[in-house]
Amino acid sequence: MNKLITISLSPHLHSQDSTKKLMRGVIIALLPAFAVSAWMFGWRTLIVTAVAILSSLLFEFIIQKFLLKKKLSINDHSAILTGMLLAFCLPVNIPLGLVVIGSLVAIGVGKMTFGGIGNNPFNPALVGRVFLFISFPVKMTSWPVPMGFQTPLTDATTGATPLGIIKEGLRNSETVDSILKNIPTSMEMFYGKMGGSFGEVAAVALILGFLYLLAKKIISWHIPISIIGTVVLFTGILWLVNPEQNADPVFHILTGGLLLGAIFMATDYVTSPMTPKGMIIFGVGIGLLTVIIRRYGAYPEGVQFAILIMNAFVPLINSYTKPKRFGEEVKNG
Amino acid sequence: MLRSFPKGGVHPPENKFSAGSKITVLDLPKTINVPLSQHLGVPAAAQVKRGDLVKTGQLIAEHKGFVSGNIHSPVTGKVVKLDKSLDSSGYKRNSITIEAEADKWMDEIDTNSSLIKEFTYTGKEIIDKTLAGGIVGMGGATFPTHVKMSVPRGKKAEVVILNGVECEPYLTSDHRLMLEKGEEILVGLRLIMKALNVTKGIIGIENNKPDALSKLTQIASQYPEISVIPLKVKYPQGGEKQLIKALTGREVPSGGLPIDVGAVVQNVGTAFAVYEAVQKNKPLIERVVTVTGKGVKQPSNFLVRIGTPVNQLIEAAGGIPEGTGKIINGGPMMGKALNSVDVPVMKGTSGILLIPEGESQREAVDPCIRCAKCISVCPMGLEPYLLMTLTEKAMFDRAENERTMDCIECGSCSYICPANRPLLDYIRLGKFRVGQIIRSRK
Repeated sequence: MNKLITISLSPHLHSQDSTKKLMRGVIIALLPAFAVSAWMFGWRTLIVTAVAILSSLLFEFIIQKFLLKKKLSINDHSAILTGMLLAFCLPVNIPLGLVVIGSLVAIGVGKMTFGGIGNNPFNPALVGRVFLFISFPVKMTSWPVPMGFQTPLTDATTGATPLGIIKEGLRNSETVDSILKNIPTSMEMFYGKMGGSFGEVAAVALILGFLYLLAKKIISWHIPISIIGTVVLFTGILWLVNPEQNADPVFHILTGGLLLGAIFMATDYVTSPMTPKGMIIFGVGIGLLTVIIRRYGAYPEGVQFAILIMNAFVPLINSYTKPKRFGEEVKNG
Repeated sequence: MLRSFPKGGVHPPENKFSAGSKITVLDLPKTINVPLSQHLGVPAAAQVKRGDLVKTGQLIAEHKGFVSGNIHSPVTGKVVKLDKSLDSSGYKRNSITIEAEADKWMDEIDTNSSLIKEFTYTGKEIIDKTLAGGIVGMGGATFPTHVKMSVPRGKKAEVVILNGVECEPYLTSDHRLMLEKGEEILVGLRLIMKALNVTKGIIGIENNKPDALSKLTQIASQYPEISVIPLKVKYPQGGEKQLIKALTGREVPSGGLPIDVGAVVQNVGTAFAVYEAVQKNKPLIERVVTVTGKGVKQPSNFLVRIGTPVNQLIEAAGGIPEGTGKIINGGPMMGKALNSVDVPVMKGTSGILLIPEGESQREAVDPCIRCAKCISVCPMGLEPYLLMTLTEKAMFDRAENERTMDCIECGSCSYICPANRPLLDYIRLGKFRVGQIIRSRK
């Protein structure tokens, strides 16, 4: 036999998993929420998402090709996912120019500055989101009322989010009971009929995505469940102690970006811890910070900040939560 | 709930195509090439010279020192060459080439296939006969068996574990041996237990081999001191430390040996070889080898003489299929790629695997996305991504602290990595360098 054969080290098998397949899996998991968003907020949902995805891809391409002169990696679907997640945490009537700016910051500052995929300490979509939130606070907090495909493409009727209503009400010394009369019911919030960033409203669709991610073993339960569990526990205690001044745990889970953040943002591989123990510490931290900001901070919603703050602790968490080594606790002899 | 080792592991497609093929005896080769280093430890010293006539089973190279092994002539014939030649390690090493004639066995070898169950040997006699027979671990590690039978001072063996796991995909040589030589394997186990003065024997078999499980369970029922335990299918369950953990719950300490927890692990093939060496005076001159792969015409299990060229085995299984891209000595997870099919079958050759071109090359490497899959599959509780980075950056002190030397090189990390990172390649390099550093301290 004079044919050339391959010589390489073991293992000679591979699972056939790839970065691209994992990213695609997360994108698929986001589709139910995307569908509900479109149902609630109409055509503009599609436009905003398309602009965010396309501009994310474009900026990644430009930066890699012309600034870094590196091998292109826009095929790995990670920029699509970043664009999609960024879009999901924007109000649907946001000017499209801001979507492009948000994508530039997410990809340019959040991701490529640190060397591209795998090296960024902070979740790129959230970096873009927070940049817009702080720079354009008015545009970023005018929430259209969900009117389905009847929602006008421009000048939609806006209203506050449930979290905003509660925050405002408590500031005006109203009781929770009286405020709750002005906001959607739990059932409406469960399927997404409320104001907010368009990808975050549909709890049921987000949970469906979560189940898909678990079934495909793309993520483990540790981060989402520890975030949600912490929020339930913390807000539950506050609510039991003083129901006049605190909303119940169900309200806290169904409103704002909690589910979107817990399931899709905090679980970003690159910016979350690597062992189950570390993941739980990370999740509990996010849960606590979220409630503290929601209840005591200046902003009605705190998930985005909570995740970014805990992102910063990930290297530290990783170095203190090593896996248990085989044979570690056994004494020799 | 079936038992298994608790942490890590993967489950690649099993592809045991040759599981139903009975062990067939391969024709004697015309020329054989017997390497002097077929075991872990010091190579054996040749006892013959060019032109000598040797009989089948005659000692042709003697062990040098304790951790070494005897080598016997697998055929009858004339020694034509003592030289360096290529073996399955990929290196040219000392070997003896013999031209085969009619097969005449040494007189003291019992070539009758009848089962001899009873024995009256002392432990010392069993160890001596194992040493004389050149028996080594047949699972692939080829550690001399008489060394494992000799418990170091201050340690005590409590249980002998027979490894019938065969967790490597594709390979079936152990599976067939259990089905066809079950009684002999059990006697071999009892001999090993006697040599170690142990009264407890466990045979671990994964439950993807129900026929072997029921066969050995039935045979073992006549020996109350021996139990057969089914295990959940999970790679690398055949790793000594994982198998001991799965079967006894004991954890071999980091840097330690199985004997530190009172266990001695032997492959089922080794138990069969011990049976033949002790009960039949037959040295290790032949073994069962699986020849398999996706395009292979007749996936087979052959009983072949040591020294038979690999090429002859492949021909007997239908030849090298069109579009073969890689030929592996061993299984796909831990086997070594061969650079030639003219190399001889050695004592540790459990299988020859032919991989088609489409699966023979690795995909392009992407950046690490910290998905932590490598951590979750590592059966030793290590952080492969970190060990790779530390090796890349030549931070060997830290790699040592992160226990890179504990790696058993099972390859689960490289298998699972979605970014196709060469994790195990780098960890091997790191282990090599850390090993040098540790030795230089002494």
